[in-house]
Amino acid sequence: MLAFILKRLLLVLPVVLAVSLVCFLLVYIAPGDPLISVLPPDASAELAEQMRRAYGFDRPLPVQFGIWLWKALHGDLGTSIATGRAVADEVARAVGNTLRLAAVASVLGFSFGLLFGFLAGYFRDTWVDRLVTTISIAGVSTPHYWLGMVLVIIFSVQLGWLPAVGAGPGGWAWDWEHLQFLILPAITMSVIPMGIVTRTVRALVGDILSQEFVLALRAKGLGEGRVFAHVAKNATPTAVAVMGLQLGYLLGGSILIETVFSWPGTGFLLNAAIFQRDLPLLQGTILVLALFFVFLNLMVDVLQAAIDPRIKRS
Amino acid sequence: MSVLADDLIDLAATRKSRGYWGNVGRRLLRDPVSMICAAILLLIALAAVFAPYLGLADPYLGSMIRRLRPIGTAGYPLGTDELGRDMLTRLVHGGRLSLLIGLLPVVFAFFIGTTLGIIAGYLGGVVNQLIMRTVDVFYAFPSVLLAIAISGALGGGLLNSLLSLTIVFIPPIVRVAESVTTGVRSLDFVDAARASGAGALTIMRVHILGNVLGPIFVYATSLISVCMILAAGLSFLGLGTKPPEPEWGLMLNTLRTAIYVNPWVAALPGVMIFTVSICFNLLSDGMRSAMDVRN
Amino acid sequence: MSEIDALKPAADIGGPCQPLLTVEGLSKHFALNASLFGKASVVRAVDDVSFSVAKGEVLGIVGESGCGKSTTARLIIGLMPSDAGKILFDGEPVGPVLSLSELRQRVQMVFQDSYASLNPRLTIEDTIAFGPKVHGVAPPQARARAHDLLRKVGLDPALFADRYPHELSGGQRQRINIARALALAPRLVILDEAVSALDKSVEAQVLNLLIDLKEEFGLTYLFISHDLNVVRFISDRVIVMYLGEIVESGPVEALWTDARHPYTRALLAAMPSLDPDNRTQEAPISGDPPNPIDPPPGCRFHTRCAHAEAICSARAPRLMATGGERHLAACFMVDPGSGHSKAVAPKVKETVNG
Repeated sequence: MLAFILKRLLLVLPVVLAVSLVCFLLVYIAPGDPLISVLPPDASAELAEQMRRAYGFDRPLPVQFGIWLWKALHGDLGTSIATGRAVADEVARAVGNTLRLAAVASVLGFSFGLLFGFLAGYFRDTWVDRLVTTISIAGVSTPHYWLGMVLVIIFSVQLGWLPAVGAGPGGWAWDWEHLQFLILPAITMSVIPMGIVTRTVRALVGDILSQEFVLALRAKGLGEGRVFAHVAKNATPTAVAVMGLQLGYLLGGSILIETVFSWPGTGFLLNAAIFQRDLPLLQGTILVLALFFVFLNLMVDVLQAAIDPRIKRS
Repeated sequence: MSVLADDLIDLAATRKSRGYWGNVGRRLLRDPVSMICAAILLLIALAAVFAPYLGLADPYLGSMIRRLRPIGTAGYPLGTDELGRDMLTRLVHGGRLSLLIGLLPVVFAFFIGTTLGIIAGYLGGVVNQLIMRTVDVFYAFPSVLLAIAISGALGGGLLNSLLSLTIVFIPPIVRVAESVTTGVRSLDFVDAARASGAGALTIMRVHILGNVLGPIFVYATSLISVCMILAAGLSFLGLGTKPPEPEWGLMLNTLRTAIYVNPWVAALPGVMIFTVSICFNLLSDGMRSAMDVRN
Repeated sequence: MSEIDALKPAADIGGPCQPLLTVEGLSKHFALNASLFGKASVVRAVDDVSFSVAKGEVLGIVGESGCGKSTTARLIIGLMPSDAGKILFDGEPVGPVLSLSELRQRVQMVFQDSYASLNPRLTIEDTIAFGPKVHGVAPPQARARAHDLLRKVGLDPALFADRYPHELSGGQRQRINIARALALAPRLVILDEAVSALDKSVEAQVLNLLIDLKEEFGLTYLFISHDLNVVRFISDRVIVMYLGEIVESGPVEALWTDARHPYTRALLAAMPSLDPDNRTQEAPISGDPPNPIDPPPGCRFHTRCAHAEAICSARAPRLMATGGERHLAACFMVDPGSGHSKAVAPKVKETVNG
């Protein structure tokens, strides 16, 4: 097991390096001089030259990358142009909100996806299956930012039950005053993973039920409840893996939902960075999110290997 | 020698062979869900293409006194938007850009990704490693994040969002194309073709392409739905089309402030995105099962 | 000019005594993918194999699955690079004198899986015409060639030319594969389990077709099969392979009546025979072949051999004359100086040839 984890870690290093490179290059694919992002608009040519040297923009690209990477390794992601604060601090403040939202959405999406998937797989080709399949297809076909708007229209505008935007007063706390802000964005966010988990679990349960050992269990006279338990035991690892990956996608996709609900997370930060053309902030936020995604992938691999010993050997 | 005992198939009775795609098409035609989805998509696409000739109102002409009329207002069957423009005409016209930015990236990615994937799969070795490891890097980003990162860095605009979405969809297509090609490559008929002295390019063109295009194509169609949502999402963030162009994602964005005044009009562009997206999803599922059956 | 060349067999160079194909020391080792820390293990799929095929001859290669017979075929036609060894075609070494593409016009192959060896998206006509087109034959001539060959393999072009593989039976598909192989006018055709997947009645028809075509086009066959009955029927001479090595070779009748290697005898014993006189008393072979990743030391067969002695696991026997004409075996029992208790001197019957 330890050897497997070590090997996986070793394989992740080049990926991390490549991800950093892509993030680093983001600033260079941006039109215009990368200096523009740090230079006041009325700067003299002399100042520009000075800044260019100060920021190392006159060095060859690989050297610049090395410097940037070295700084990033030490937690220095540059300075936000719009606020003048360190990008790392900005991201650190926002990432908690995004994680909270994504975690709740994952739990929701995973639970309902698992439930629906089991039902559909177990009652295959009945009306239950058709209903669930329809819901899951609708789930993955929904533009979630639009679903967010619709939920706001229903529950905030029409019914007035829940607040439409924001994350509540002051810092976060797990009380109703704050939780009510979380409900709508979390539901919105959970729809796509729910659809995907449903699909996966439905297929898994169908596969498992058609295998011979299920027939053997039934032949042994086991009750349907026990059979169901066996099926659940066999389907859960894969479902967990799928959900782990979905959590990563949620972090990336949160930008649209956070924009709809003005949720003060990384997505909101990204949105601000895009509008103010705050490239260091954009770069830093993307890097943190992408690395988090890589880390999640790694965790899923290790978790799966822990649950299913066959994977380790392959 | 002319009369064959092993001839188990009565060739005279079988009709002229149709080939693979003919059979797929026939099966697809018999699937009601796929046909309904295809009809809806066709209708929306035709309406979008011929929008200027349908006798609809001017999609750019606003009116300060007729802002945000509700659905069902006389003269404005679907109401008006925040600038008093007719929603029906804007939704129909919006299909032009929305369908374009939802489809084109997948089309571009299909061509580029298939080419790269077949090359990687057929040649193997160093070329394969080079292409596939590069693709892996893009897999380290969630697709939405990657699209937004590239679009955000490049700045808004139609071309930039097309470019960023194309980049997002190339890696998954390369992966599928590579794995399908690797599978076909190991079949004996490829060896037989190599044994007849054909070069790599000829084999890829004559023997590989025809056998891998189907699965890659179906996979690509399943991406259209995602691309529609993502493309409209970029516009929704202000990264795609610029106002006053009618485009569903952008319309959704500008109408966001109107949800307190006239909520259901504000939700209409999303209905369009959702409809198109789900139709592409179902059509792609139908195509997958139509191609699944061997024989 | 080149059009005509591509549809005609290459001219004979060395005369009738020059073997059409000579294989010397052919080897192929597959490195199993090494783990990050562990050492790589090697499968010796084909290990130092040498033989030759005379012009107009049918040489059979038999052995259990995994013995390296298919790999040998693929090495000869250059579908995979060999690690060691030389291949000479009509006296010309492949590589320095004869290019791979020239070789591939002279040598063609028919594969076992009649379905997998036909491109499902191409019509029969396009499949057969593909080779000639690659070699520069104009499409109309290539098509005419395809129709001609369809007739030769007993299929009416009017019925079959526009069909797809999935519309045909296994026997018909294998006829197509044969036509495809003949399209380039080869001199040698490698038949890799070409009839093994067919029903018995169909198999017989295809075998007869192969014999007819051999006469008509003056072909030479390398016939690979695990089915001894079929090999006996069609072959002039047979090679027996075991775990990547040749253990015995000789004229088909000599092998059947006087097999010298215990493995050959076991194979023959395992074969159902209707003739009571033909039944050997040899103990039938037991167990699976050893893991080719880690072949046993000495004689590779000693782990399953009823006559195994200490010498067998200590040293590897070499192919040597048994006394019969062109009859060789790699067993210490045919080597009087080996020290094996059952070793016998070669029969003196045909000492004239040495």
